[in-house]
Amino acid sequence: MATLSTTAGPVRQISRSRALLNLLRDGDELAHAVTLTFGASILVITFLLIYELWIHSTLSRQKFGFSFFFTSTWDPNFGQFGSWPFIYGTLVTTAISLIIAVPLGIGAAIFLSELAPPKLSRGLSFVIDLLAAVPSVIYGLLAVFTLVPLMRHTIEPFLKRNLGFLPLFKGPAYGVGFLTAGIVLAVMIVPYIISVSREVLLAVPQDQREASLGLGATRWETTWKVVVSYAGAGIMGSVFLSMARALGETMAVTMVIGNQPKVAASLLSPGYSIASVIANEFAEATADLHLSALTELGLVLLALTLVLNGMARVLIIMTARKGSGVAQ
Amino acid sequence: MTARTIWRKSLNALMLSITGICALVTVSTLFLILGFLVWNGARSLHWTFFTNLPAPTGEIGGGIANAILGSAKLLLVAASIGIPIGLIGAIYLAEYAGAKWAFFIRYAADLMNGVPSIVIGIFAYTIVVVSMHHFSALAGGFALGIMMIPVILRSCEEFLKAVPRSLREGAMALGASKWRTILTVVVPAASGGIITAILLALARVAGETAPLLFTAFGNQFWSSGFNQPTAALPVVIYNYAMSSYEDLHQQAWAAGLVLLGLVLVTNLLTRMVLGRQTAQGR
Amino acid sequence: MKKPLLIVSLCLGIAGLVAAQGGTVQLQAAGATFPAPIYTKWFDAYKKINPKIEVNYQPIGSGGGIRQLIAKTVDFGASDGPMTDDQLKQAPFKILHFPTVLGAAVPSYNIDGVNTPLKFTGKALAGIFLGSINKWNDPEITKANPGVKFPAEDIVVIHRSDGSGTTYIWTDFLSKVSPEWKAKTGGPNTAINWPTGLGGAKSEGVAGLLKQTPNSIGYIELTYAIQNGILYGDVQNSAGNFVKATLASVSEAAAGAAKDMPDDFRVSITNAPGKNAYPISSFTWLLVPAQIQDTGKREILKGFLNWMLKDGQGYCEGLAYAKLPPPVVAKEAKAISLIQ
Repeated sequence: MATLSTTAGPVRQISRSRALLNLLRDGDELAHAVTLTFGASILVITFLLIYELWIHSTLSRQKFGFSFFFTSTWDPNFGQFGSWPFIYGTLVTTAISLIIAVPLGIGAAIFLSELAPPKLSRGLSFVIDLLAAVPSVIYGLLAVFTLVPLMRHTIEPFLKRNLGFLPLFKGPAYGVGFLTAGIVLAVMIVPYIISVSREVLLAVPQDQREASLGLGATRWETTWKVVVSYAGAGIMGSVFLSMARALGETMAVTMVIGNQPKVAASLLSPGYSIASVIANEFAEATADLHLSALTELGLVLLALTLVLNGMARVLIIMTARKGSGVAQ
Repeated sequence: MTARTIWRKSLNALMLSITGICALVTVSTLFLILGFLVWNGARSLHWTFFTNLPAPTGEIGGGIANAILGSAKLLLVAASIGIPIGLIGAIYLAEYAGAKWAFFIRYAADLMNGVPSIVIGIFAYTIVVVSMHHFSALAGGFALGIMMIPVILRSCEEFLKAVPRSLREGAMALGASKWRTILTVVVPAASGGIITAILLALARVAGETAPLLFTAFGNQFWSSGFNQPTAALPVVIYNYAMSSYEDLHQQAWAAGLVLLGLVLVTNLLTRMVLGRQTAQGR
Repeated sequence: MKKPLLIVSLCLGIAGLVAAQGGTVQLQAAGATFPAPIYTKWFDAYKKINPKIEVNYQPIGSGGGIRQLIAKTVDFGASDGPMTDDQLKQAPFKILHFPTVLGAAVPSYNIDGVNTPLKFTGKALAGIFLGSINKWNDPEITKANPGVKFPAEDIVVIHRSDGSGTTYIWTDFLSKVSPEWKAKTGGPNTAINWPTGLGGAKSEGVAGLLKQTPNSIGYIELTYAIQNGILYGDVQNSAGNFVKATLASVSEAAAGAAKDMPDDFRVSITNAPGKNAYPISSFTWLLVPAQIQDTGKREILKGFLNWMLKDGQGYCEGLAYAKLPPPVVAKEAKAISLIQ
């Protein structure tokens, strides 16, 4: 259907004021410009964000260069700043959270997409979406008063008694530390894994399942070998998405990680994450170099999350394309 | 039946029950959270809790009145940044999508969505607090507003796109210009979805703590206007939870219950309304 | 559905602006958690006397107080670690120190089976915080506490994770009694690279961790230990006596400094001479810009400082802080006029 043009007819020698009047009355050009401006402001803000981080971390970048990432000393007194303990802490807690949340999340997603009757599936998904809406500080609050004592008095001693020969479970049972932070993160990212995986699993064409069942596979075999592997990329995408979320999580982790910049093999050890050290030290770093180092940490975190988010989206789009069957 | 078949059938039953257990565990977590909050927080929910200002360190009897108002102010500022940019940007993407700009805007919005909230806090600090030379509700609201933009943008774009073409074409057939169509036909048609998107975005940033740590800062008293530091509900919960005073722990639970209650109710209502709307739309 | 939303937002907007109580001036301050109990009490009491004056004090740690003052985002700061010469040079304007109260950092602990006050030598404390002494039944600790049954458990060290004046006081003391400590960590500062332990945010965070973590030890201001019911120990002073932190022992530590107070009031009184002086005592200071453009704010600050030196001191003992020695009060009263 052709769009109607309101400036129809011969428009030669039209005076400037007439053109302006036409513009205002017409409004479309103006509206286009206005909406574009608002939309483009997003580009401006994003660019400004990256620019500000870059500029304010200059001092630290120039002083430490690449050694910033490999040095373990974080010493405000001597002016030595190395980010490895924080990167390590962030990676370890994220890894723990994935180890717990991915099987749990995929299992639940499989249940919701393959087994549960549609009404139950929708109802339970609704509840799980509500879980995703719970603010981080509430998770932290609960963790401090319920999980930490539980870890300190029950779970960590149990792990030490039975698995204490492993370097993973050595050291005193503080209650706070990598493991506790990982568990809290797991609870926080599970809803994301479930909701995205469920969508992706539901998008797998029904004929795939029917073909498999027709060949005599059990429902589990169909689910695992056919549906899940078909949707594999999308599920990976949900994992990356959750990883990005876990990396940037601040409050809940700060409240239970122990706040000690330490690189330790033991999961029971206190540690530190990038987001936590920024939250604790940013408002009070007295030396310019200290502030600059913290900003550089923020830049590192940003880069990590952006890369992961990008990968996630690519994977999810790949699965969507596959499932739809028609080229979009 | 061969042994192998029995094995396959048992495995089938086992794995399927395990997935059911996974779902059960996840769902019950929400009820556990609510349960703990209600159990611990309900005790402190008396009238003075909502109307008192915080007490000096170590004294009991303080309240979260200024934190509630502070959060409301922050959300107001956030909304005045997030809604215009998000909604009007979404209109651009849905109605005027030329390939080049639209791609970059969507990409930037996704980037923004992935930025950790603490980094947004750093950004707001350098842009607003340092230039204004003081902490303020404006700075805090600015940080929250930035976080709202991508959320509103993406959802509103979807809702606007979902408006049937027939509505647009009908309006144009009657002689309306494009902008008139958008303003008087498309947006109102998508209004239900737009409002739910806004409310969900508000509920999401209402619970954010990290970006407020060095922007809104905190206030023992009422903050006047938007130019002063202000207390906020999530920050108060964080500070009180990390303190050592039993009374403050009680207040943290109660404040947590209030915050979670508001967030969950908003989510519940909007999703229910949304569900009904989309069902009707089909 | 749009209209109610609009109305609600308008109401909130109006409410927010209306909450600007006509004529009330609010000063912004930030800094030490060490004196937070008495500062917040003071500002609360001051508001009752002068309803139009509010001071919003945010206890974010001494490091934060110094930083935000230099960045000019607050009107004045507070710190228990006096600003160093470097920091004063870094500041774009002149900053004056005004001592407010005397306090003590005490070694607080939560040990299974121990319910009595313990005695700690300087060497024991340094060893514990260095991580070289890591079990409670270490001889360095047990020999000062005969008759006390210590568990053979690991010591959990708790320190501050944020920039803290209490850390400054503590590391100042440890640097004086242990050359090994000083070499390893670099001398007194608000934030250091801790050899071991868990980090708690602010004094309250450390106190909270202490209460919850068995076999732990940490350093907090005396008031926090008392208010939270946490046991704290006596420390051996330079005269060799084990002294408990009390108003008297803290005042005795300040006695020498009171006589020889430097003009800028920056002085360390840790490990002070005196038979019964508590060795980990310290002044705590308000950091005030020497030049305040806004006349109203200037007068308010000067008015508050004068009140603090007279009536404010009356609140000290109730909150376990020691009053300023009279010679210091007199000297300070004169110094207030330096604020232009």
